[in-house]
Amino acid sequence: MKEFNPNEQGYYGEYGGAFIPEMLYKNVSDLQEKYLEIIQTEDFQQELNQLLKDYVGRPTPLFYSANLSAKYKAKIYLKREDLNHTGAHKINNTIGQVLLAKRLGKKRIIAETGAGQHGVATATTCALLNLECTVFMGAHDIERQKPNVERMRMLGAKVVAAESGSKTLKDATNEAIREWINNPQETYYVIGSVVGPHPYPDMVAKFQSIISKEIKVQLEEQEGTPNPDYVVACVGGGSNAMGAFYHFIDNGHTNLIAVEAAGKGVNTGQTAATIALGKQGIIHGSKTYLIQTEDGQIIEPYSISAGLDYPGIGPAHAYLSDMGKITVGSITDDEAIKAAFELTRIDGIIPALESAHALAYLNKMNLKESDIVVVNLSGRGDKDMITYSKYFNHE
Amino acid sequence: MNNRINTLFSEKKSNILSIYFTAGYPALDDTMTILKNLDTAGVDLAEIGMPFSDPLADGPVIQHSSEQALLNGITIARLFEQLKEMRQHITMPIVLMGYLNPVMRYGVEAFLAKCAEVGVDGIILPDLPMDYYLSHFKTHCEYYNISNIMLISNDTSVERVRQIDEQTNGFIYLVSSNGTTGSNKSLESQQDYYRHIRSLELNNPALIGFGVRDKQTYELTNQYSSGAIIGTAFMKHISEHGIDTDSIQNFVKGIR
Repeated sequence: MKEFNPNEQGYYGEYGGAFIPEMLYKNVSDLQEKYLEIIQTEDFQQELNQLLKDYVGRPTPLFYSANLSAKYKAKIYLKREDLNHTGAHKINNTIGQVLLAKRLGKKRIIAETGAGQHGVATATTCALLNLECTVFMGAHDIERQKPNVERMRMLGAKVVAAESGSKTLKDATNEAIREWINNPQETYYVIGSVVGPHPYPDMVAKFQSIISKEIKVQLEEQEGTPNPDYVVACVGGGSNAMGAFYHFIDNGHTNLIAVEAAGKGVNTGQTAATIALGKQGIIHGSKTYLIQTEDGQIIEPYSISAGLDYPGIGPAHAYLSDMGKITVGSITDDEAIKAAFELTRIDGIIPALESAHALAYLNKMNLKESDIVVVNLSGRGDKDMITYSKYFNHE
Repeated sequence: MNNRINTLFSEKKSNILSIYFTAGYPALDDTMTILKNLDTAGVDLAEIGMPFSDPLADGPVIQHSSEQALLNGITIARLFEQLKEMRQHITMPIVLMGYLNPVMRYGVEAFLAKCAEVGVDGIILPDLPMDYYLSHFKTHCEYYNISNIMLISNDTSVERVRQIDEQTNGFIYLVSSNGTTGSNKSLESQQDYYRHIRSLELNNPALIGFGVRDKQTYELTNQYSSGAIIGTAFMKHISEHGIDTDSIQNFVKGIR
């Protein structure tokens, strides 16, 4: 099986590319030329793997959930990305990119964040590796996600409120890109998902691909086969899904299921189901599906989960979906909440609201008892306690 | 084949003043009024901004005007409607500036055909990369005689400047310093870069833009190029002083 890569210009089929203003051209093309060479060196891999093991706590467990298995009448495994340092898969990518930034001689890191998980992971990595860090976050999200804002500040990062547009993730990303345009040479932009101009979608996919790499080894040990029948993961931009799918793409066996946030429902106008509703276009430097008006204005999406309300999707997912290589499903707010409570009570794990979308999809699958299903539990639910407690109090 | 942009630059080698304004702002149908008043005030070229929800290369002033214009209800279709009879009144070259996504949604060829129909002479899409221009735009641009104006910045390599000079026609948009529109970076410190670009003796004339904001910065940039583009300062001016003939004439007189 060959590795899943974009072409030299960063295209997956017709998706991807680098749609950036000239002011970023040199910076981005330098990165395009150097990233593979740098991240493939033995020295880089050694430093990365050491940190992932000793600092992040990898490999994360592949947990056979006897309780979920009994309920859904199949073999259900949970890939415990929630047990990573900082509580989600995001740090797999930030460690990789910040190490790369250091090797490129950059002095300063910037990042965008929605719910704050990528911001916290970036601030954490910058504290560890001693780089200055600025995180852009929508002004609305700053209010909604206070604990993560305080974590970032305690870690020494500067948190800048994005006051433009709808004041959420897409605007935080716009502000980060503007900051990058203003300081292109000294600043490295750590993008948090498999989005943005080439090489970001591929680079982030490669840093997150450790998830599926570990699943293969762990499943081989536990089931005697490296390939599950299904891998289920939630998608906003799509980084945890890409990591969980990466080594199973085109293996001729595993069904890969990407679960979008339907919000109140795909056809309610309050949704983040990008592939279900999206039309082709350009967002944050790449060609992909995005939620937009007839006139090509980007629409602010809605989901109860701040990590899934992104109006675009990684170009690789757009391509894989068009090719029929992944199945795209969607889960509403209510279904996700229900699944989060179910896992909490049945297995004693409070999942992130994002990951709860993947869990909820188990209800929609026609499973056989012999089926092996891996659900990527991308993060833990501590950050979502305010949302959960609203439901808890109404129980 | 020549269009009004080429004619302007062949007749006038220096002191070209280009003004940018956002379509649909301050009120939805102000576009033609602003255009006529700019023409009366003697500006050489006008760039009409097509508002986009996520204008990555723009600073706060143009972000704000774009947001307001979208709230007012501007669309590309409405803009073309506003410009329908433009050529009965306006002789100067007109360029549309915006972002790729709304143009893609409109349809690349349909968009360029409509540009030609209403008498638009060129387009500037900062997030349109060279390879995509070559594969999706160039044939149509040539067919409809619409200039595609490309940007260069002080990080653009000489090799790439030459390549852009090959592919662009009309003029080259020389970004004054790395930044978004309306940045207040010092233009004085960029003189080596302007001098360097001038020394390359490119095929296309250049206008300097981003951060040109008053008489002083206009005169400075004019030493190294055919002229300059002013956007943010003009948008600030009309937000404060309105769009009538006097207001716009005062602004232009303050520049040259």
